[in-house]
Amino acid sequence: MADAITIRGLTKAYAGHPAVDGLDLDIHTGECFALLGPNGAGKTTTVEIAEGFRPRDSGEVSILGTDPQGAGLEWRNRVGIVLQSTGGLDLLTPREALASTAKAYSDPRDVADVLASVGLDDKADTRIVGLSGGQRRRLDVALGIVGRPELLFLDEPTTGFDPQARRDFWQLIRALSAEGTTILLTTHYLDEAENLADRVGVIAAGRLLAVDTPEALGGRSAEEATVSWEEGGIRRSLTTATPTAEVARLAARMPGGEVPALTVTRPSLEDTYLAMIAPHVGHGADESRDTHDTHDLTDPTEVPA
Amino acid sequence: MSAIALGLDRTVLELKMYSREKEAVFFSFLFPILLLALFSVIFGSQFGGDGNGMTAGGYFLPGMLSAGVLLTSFQTMAMSVTAERDDGTLKRLRATPMPPVAYFLGKVGLVAISSTAQVALLLLVARLLFGVSLPSTADRWAVFALVFALGVFGGTVLGIAYSSMATARTVGAVVIGPMLVLQFISGVYIAFDDVPQWLQQVASVFPLKWIAQGMRSVFYPSDLASAEMAGAWETGRTALVLFAWAAGGLVLCVLTFKWFQRGTT
Repeated sequence: MADAITIRGLTKAYAGHPAVDGLDLDIHTGECFALLGPNGAGKTTTVEIAEGFRPRDSGEVSILGTDPQGAGLEWRNRVGIVLQSTGGLDLLTPREALASTAKAYSDPRDVADVLASVGLDDKADTRIVGLSGGQRRRLDVALGIVGRPELLFLDEPTTGFDPQARRDFWQLIRALSAEGTTILLTTHYLDEAENLADRVGVIAAGRLLAVDTPEALGGRSAEEATVSWEEGGIRRSLTTATPTAEVARLAARMPGGEVPALTVTRPSLEDTYLAMIAPHVGHGADESRDTHDTHDLTDPTEVPA
Repeated sequence: MSAIALGLDRTVLELKMYSREKEAVFFSFLFPILLLALFSVIFGSQFGGDGNGMTAGGYFLPGMLSAGVLLTSFQTMAMSVTAERDDGTLKRLRATPMPPVAYFLGKVGLVAISSTAQVALLLLVARLLFGVSLPSTADRWAVFALVFALGVFGGTVLGIAYSSMATARTVGAVVIGPMLVLQFISGVYIAFDDVPQWLQQVASVFPLKWIAQGMRSVFYPSDLASAEMAGAWETGRTALVLFAWAAGGLVLCVLTFKWFQRGTT
C-alpha cells in the first residue's frame, strides 16, 4: 500500500529565515508516527503544511495521495485534525457539537459511539464550558475522529493532563491505531512517543535528524548499559556491554549474594533525544517559539547569521 | 449532506449559541426595545401636546428599528466572526469537509431570524405598550420590507468583512466605538435635522442614515418628509444606496475573508 504521507525536500521560510529546510518524511499507512523536536524546529510548520493550512515554498508533499495545498473537501473528508482546544463551542453540548460536525462527512461514526469511546457519555448533554481540561481534550479528539478519518493529525494531545487522564487517552489512541487509522502525533513527552508510536522522527533546524522505532532510535538498543550499586557506603557505577555478566560477578563478591541498591539502565529515549538535538538547540533556547511569527525568528540555531 | 442542508443545520446551531449567550441577548436583541421604552418614559411629556398626534414612542420607533438592524446584523457578525477566528473555531470548521458556504448560510440564517424576531417584538411593544399607530398601506410595508432586508443583508456581509480588521482583544473598541458615533450622526438617537449639515453629509456616505430615513418614511406622517435633507423621503435613492452597500459588502466579504490569523496554532 502507498504511504499515507510522503514529503520530499520540503522548504518553508518566513521573511527569508528557513523554518523547514529540505525535509524528507515517509509515514506508512496504518502506523502511528510521533514527530519529536524542540520548539522552533519546524514541527508545527511541517504539520500545518501537511494539514493544508499553510502553503510551502518548495518540495513535494503527498497526503493520502493528494497535494494538501488547495486540496478539496473530498480530501478533508478523509483527514481528521485534532486542533488545540477552542472556547468557540462553549455554549453547546458535546453531543450537539459532534452531531453537527458529523453531518459534514460522507460516512461519519455514530455520535453516541464516539462519545462512549472518548468516555464522555455521561457528559454528552452538559455545556462544554463546564468540562474539565481533560474532558475538553477528549472532545477535541472526538471531533477529529467522528468523520472516520484514514489519517489523523494529533498535535500535542495530552499537554496539561494528569497521569491517569494521559493513560486513558493513550488507550483511546491505541484503539484508533488498532482500527487501522494512520496517526501523526506531535508531542513533547518522550514517554508518550515511546508508548504510542510505531516509529519516531526527530526534527531539528527544519530537517529530519533520525527516524526509527522508539527502542532503536539513535542506536540506543546497542549502547552500553550502566550498572550501579552501593558498596562501603558510596555509590559506584560502571558501563558495560555485558551487564548480565557484570551483575553475576558483583553478586558473587557480595556477602549473601545480594547487591545493595542495584540498578541496570540503558540510555532512555529522552537521553538519546536530548543528545541528538543538543547541537541544534542554542544556549537558553526558550519555550516561547512554536508559532513562527516572522518577528519571532531570531533564534541563532535556526537563522544562520 | 448538501450545502443548503448543512447551512440549515448551522443556522440551528448558531441560534442555540446566540440564545444561550445572555449578554448577546441583552445587548443586541433586547437593547433597542429597552431604549424605546426608556425614551418613551423620559421624553413622553414633551410629546402629545403639539397636535400632530405623535408620541415619544412613535417618534423614536424608526431610530430604534434602525439601531436593531445595525446591532443584530453588523455588530453581531463583526464580533462573533472575530471571536471565532481568534479562538480557532473557524480553523476547526476549515478542517472538516463542510462547504464554506454552509458557514455563511448559518450566519445569514441566524441574522435573518434574530432580526425578524426583534423587529416583530419592537413593533408589538410600540403598538401595544406605547400606542404607536402602525402604517396601514401595503406600499409602506413594502418599503419597510425592502429597507429591512437590504439593511440586514448589507449589515451581515459588512460585519463579516469588518471582522477581518479586528482581533478578539480589540473588537469591543473597534466595533462599538464607530457604531456609536454612526448612530448619533445618522438620526438614530438624535433627530437628523438637528445634526450639522457637514455631519449629515458624512453620515450620508454610510448605510445607517439611509436605513433610518427609510424607516422614518414608513412610520412618520407624510408631511414630515419636508424635514429631511432633500425635503423628500427619497425612497428610490435609499434602495439604491443600500443595495450598493450590500453588493459591495458581499464582494468585500468574499475577498477579505480569512479562516485563521497567521501565526495561530
